[in-house]
Formats: sequence, structure tokens, C-alpha cells
Amino acid sequence: MTDKATDFQAIPQLETVQQADGQFCAVLSGSWHLCAVVATPKLRALLQQCAENAVTHWDLRSVTALDSAAALIIWRAWGGQWPAYVQIKPEHRQLLQRWQAQVLPNPPPKSNLWIGQGIADSIGSVAGHLRSLLILQGQLLLDVAYLLSHPKAIPWAEISIIIYDAGVRALGITALVGFLIGVVLSYLSALQLKMFGAEIYIINILGMSIIRELGPLLAAILVAGRSGSAMTAQIGIMRVTEELDALSAMGIAHSMRLVLPKIAALSLVMPLLSEWTNVAALLGGMVSALVTLDISMGQFVMKLPEVVPLANVFIGLGKSAVFGLAIALLACHFGFRIKPNTESLGIETTNSVVASITAVIMIDAVFAILLMKVGVP
Amino acid sequence: MTASPSPVLPNAVRFEQVWTRFGDKLIHQNISFCLQQGQILGLVGASGCGKTTLLREIIGLQTPSQGNIFVMGKALPKQAGHLDLQTSRLSGVLFQKGALFSALNVFENIAFPLRELGIADKGFIQHLVIMKLQRVGLTTSDAGLMPAALSGGMVKRVALARALILEPSLLLLDEPTSGLDPIASEAFVSLLSELYGELNFTVVMVTHDLDILRDLCTEVAVLADHQLIVKAALPTVLACPHPFIGQFFHNRRANRVFCN
Ligand SMILES: Nc1ncnc2c1ncn2[C@@H]1O[C@H](COP(=O)(O)OP(=O)(O)OP(=O)(O)O)[C@@H](O)[C@H]1O
Ligand SMILES: [Mg+2]
Repeated sequence: MTDKATDFQAIPQLETVQQADGQFCAVLSGSWHLCAVVATPKLRALLQQCAENAVTHWDLRSVTALDSAAALIIWRAWGGQWPAYVQIKPEHRQLLQRWQAQVLPNPPPKSNLWIGQGIADSIGSVAGHLRSLLILQGQLLLDVAYLLSHPKAIPWAEISIIIYDAGVRALGITALVGFLIGVVLSYLSALQLKMFGAEIYIINILGMSIIRELGPLLAAILVAGRSGSAMTAQIGIMRVTEELDALSAMGIAHSMRLVLPKIAALSLVMPLLSEWTNVAALLGGMVSALVTLDISMGQFVMKLPEVVPLANVFIGLGKSAVFGLAIALLACHFGFRIKPNTESLGIETTNSVVASITAVIMIDAVFAILLMKVGVP
Repeated sequence: MTASPSPVLPNAVRFEQVWTRFGDKLIHQNISFCLQQGQILGLVGASGCGKTTLLREIIGLQTPSQGNIFVMGKALPKQAGHLDLQTSRLSGVLFQKGALFSALNVFENIAFPLRELGIADKGFIQHLVIMKLQRVGLTTSDAGLMPAALSGGMVKRVALARALILEPSLLLLDEPTSGLDPIASEAFVSLLSELYGELNFTVVMVTHDLDILRDLCTEVAVLADHQLIVKAALPTVLACPHPFIGQFFHNRRANRVFCN
């Protein structure tokens, strides 16, 4: 504020003066605006002090401006009743009278929480999740059946966009992470193997662990964090901006236009991404093996097919497709749970990522148990 | 509604040769005007002619490509987003789409500026918020609703209550009555003129509502062809020969409003 601007907003002031009859009188002056009053805590303390000392004479005639919030501050300082002698401009009296007339409604009674309620609620919410997931899957099955009989209605454009966004644009980050993990894994294993003189087994260790487990898992976790969250947020924003309602009003099913393309695209793209991650990780392992153990790249590549049965590649591919499906399904599920407010958007997006990473690891465990005897040399 | 601003007061809003462009698109071409304190300015113009942009420039959310803007005698910074708190508390804003915080309920939305000011007294906040709620025509039972559960008109009212809560000296309203029924817009007019009588604030208001222009605004500014054609009291504006004014103020609907 320039000086000129502050001039007209005279600071609110309060003085107590002793009158001729010995009584104290509180004299208020200046412009009493909420912001100004709040900015001077001393003033409020002074006001409170006057009220507590039961000052009965109040002179508000030199108040140049009074807003209703400042009037409320004065009224509350007076304890909600008029002091015995008040001199005040009529328009300001009106403001105070408005506060005198206001009756607050009773606040609604708060429901008391007990621990059983909390447990029941969380069981209910898990049941709710499972139920709406089931409904979503059922709807998807119906959609797939419909598309099989009407192949022209397959949303190719949406599918290809998602393949590009979730797949092609993830190539860089998956390659980088895969390569580094490969280097680290290879280096750590090499240290151990050297002690036993079993350097050549580095190829077995890297090949099996990366192709069967790490590659698919790494790719899935990266995609869950990257594309899963984006999908949830996208559907959530569409709820906030009423785009979902607009789609429904046009008779376009959400599952067909929004969910199915995501699931189809991720199921397709995840196996490819996981192979890509495998390649990067093995490359990292090879480089590290070359440096630390002096195993040449040619030797590595020649030996790999011998020690890793082909079945492992197919297990990795199959797992990845299921990972992709689960990530997309959960992302959409949580997306549709978003309520039209920003807070819910944040919560459900977090939930979506956490749930899909957990699901990926659980699915991986199930695969490990079911395929215990397959592909092991 | 006769306001007599004394000459010592700085202008509430002053535009000096303001040009605004979005890329190649010209929005404002050399706009200059002064708005004295205590006036209610109605801003009219065709849809998409840059009224909201002008308001955003006053708030400081957008900077003009060229020219200077002064609010309450103070030049706005040249960089958008660097809002002076002092300025932003002097002004209350009602955005065209309400811009309520979707994660807060109606009560919390209206109480938000109070809390930001550092007021922690719960009883005080409750009194003030409920009073504002009632003044914009909402009931206390609406206080617990979330913005998503409000009708379009209710959103406007809540946004108005939030803009008014600090009783700002400069009030910026973007289409405050669009989406309100005629009774509610009438109530809005009487609310604003009542408040205007109490607190001598300045209002810049974008509106297409001819009744408001006639009953509430002390001045009318017309934007057309990227320029400010005229800014004057309504009779002067009506007498202006510009074709847009002809279309806007001298059609059948407008004649019904102005001839009574
Ligand atoms: N961020 C932006 N980027 C590019 N162009 C913009 C942007 N914001 C507004 N515009 C353009 O500026 C012009 C003026 O927009 P503005 O929102 O100010 O119109 P308005 O007068 O408020 O219209 P209405 O009465 O429909 O609300 C429009 O043509 C719009 O396309
Ligand atoms: Mg607008």
C-alpha cells in the first residue's frame, strides 16, 4: 500500500477516558474493518479488558466505518448484550442489532464411534471393493462377448493410444532401471561366486532370476506407478468435470470406452515391456560380469539358452499379461470410486498404485507356487 | 444509490493503455479507464470478448502484454501469480464457475478466508459464516453439504458468501446472477445494494443482466471490438451510437426493461 492509500483507512482505535462523573468511558474511533482489527491483536485485548472491567459507557460515534464482522467482535466482547450506556451512529446500531437477533442452530449430534463399528466398516469396505470389482469384470466379459460378435466396434484408436502411452513411452525408464538392477545383481552375485570359484554360474543365476522373476516384476511395478496412477487420475478427473456423465448421456458405456481399451492395451503391452526389461537387465549383468569376472559377452549369450529352459520365457510372458490386466483393472476400479472432489482424487490414486503393486506381487507368488515344477533345470 | 467519492481517495482500479494478447490473438486493444472508489461498475460485452480476462488482470492472475494496472492506487506486479496478500485481502472475488474448494464443505469454504486471516475463535467464525449464509439465501442445513452436492445456483451463492466474508473494499464478480432464478437474482440485487449502503465498497461486475445494470450499477463499461467503447452512467451509454450498443441495449427485451 502506498501512503496515500492507507490514509483513508484510519486505524481502528480504543481509548478509555474518565468522564466528569468519574465513570470510565470506552471511546472507539477509526475504521473498524475485520482485517484491520485482526491485524492489531492489542486492540482486541484492550476491548476484552474494557468489557471485563465492566465499563458501562461506550462511545462509538467517532467510528468512521464498521463492518459486520468487526461488529461481531465488539458484540462478543460485550458478552452478547448491550452495555448500559452506548452512544452510536444509527447505522452501526443496526449492525449490532443484527447480531443480537441471530440465533445459532444447534449443531447436529455427533455419532459416537466404537471399535466394533470401525472393524465392521472396514470389512464392509473390503466387501464393497470386491463386489464392484466383480461387477466390473462381469461387465467386461459382456463387452468382450459383444465385441466378438461385432468386431467393427472394437475401439482400436483408444487401444493404440494407450499402447503408445503406457508402452512406447515407458521404454526409456524400464531400460534404465532394468540395466542398473542387472549391474547390481551381477556384481553382488559375482562377489559370492568368486569365493567358491563358481564364476560361470553367474549366467544361471542372472538368467533364471531375471527372465523368470525380476524382469516381469520390475516392469509391472514401473507400469503400475506410471500408467496405473495416470489411468485412475484420468477417470477421476472425468468424474470431477462431469465428462463421465456426458458419456453416459450419449449412451456410451464407460466399461466399453474407458475400461476395455486400457485392459486390452496393458495386457498386450506388459509382456513386451517385460521382455524389453529382461534384455536391458541381462545386458547390465553381462557388462558387470565382463568387468568383474572376465566372462565375455559371447560366452554369456552362448551359454544362456543352455542354462535357462525356454519355459521360463513363456512363464514370464504369461505372468506379465496377467499383471497388465490386473493393473488396468484396479486402476479403473479405483478411478470410478473417485468422488468429485480433489481430496478423493488424491486418496484413490494412491490407493490404486498401492493396490496394484500389492496385487502384482501376490499374483507373482501364486504363479511361483503353481509353476514350482515347470521350467526348472 | 449516489456515492460521492472524495477526491483524496486513490482510484479503486486504473487501467493505463492495457493490451492483452494470447499468442497471436488480440483480446484487449489499448484499454484505459479509471474507476473511483464507491462505484459499481457493470462490465458488458459479447461472449468471449475478454471480460473475464479483464477481471483476472485486476486480481493479478494474468498480466497484460503491455500497459499498467493500478488497484487501490498501487501498481500490480509485472509477473502473474505474485499476489500481494494485502491486495488480495482487500478484494473479494466471485469466479464465473464458483471455484469452490471441492474437498471442503460449504461451511469450511466460506470460513476459509477467515481461517487464513488467523482467526481461531470457533464461535466467532460460526456466527459470521451462518450470517453470510443466510444473507445469500441459503439455510444452515446447507452448511454441511459438499460442493459436488450443490445445484448451480447454490454454488453461485456459496461463492458469493465466500467473496463477501471479509467484507472487502473491492468486490469482483464474474456473472454473479447467471444460473440464478429471477427471485434469487432480485435477492442478490437487494443484498448487494444493502451491503453497498453499509460499506462503501467498489464493485466490478461482469453481467449480462439488464435489470442489474439498471438497478445496481452506477457505471456501465462496454467492451467490443477489443476496445472499451464507453464507460459512463447508463443513460450516456444508452445514447452512444456504437452498433454493439444498439444490439445489446436496444432490442425488444432490453426496451421492455428500460422503458418501464
Ligand atoms: N488461457 C488462455 N489462452 C488462450 N486464450 C484464452 C485464454 N483465456 C481466454 N482466452 C481467450 O480470450 C478470449 C476472452 O476470454 P474471456 O474468458 O475473457 O471471455 P468473456 O468475455 O469472459 O466471455 P464469457 O462472457 O463467455 O464468459 C476468448 O476468446 C478466449 O478464447
Ligand atoms: Mg467470462
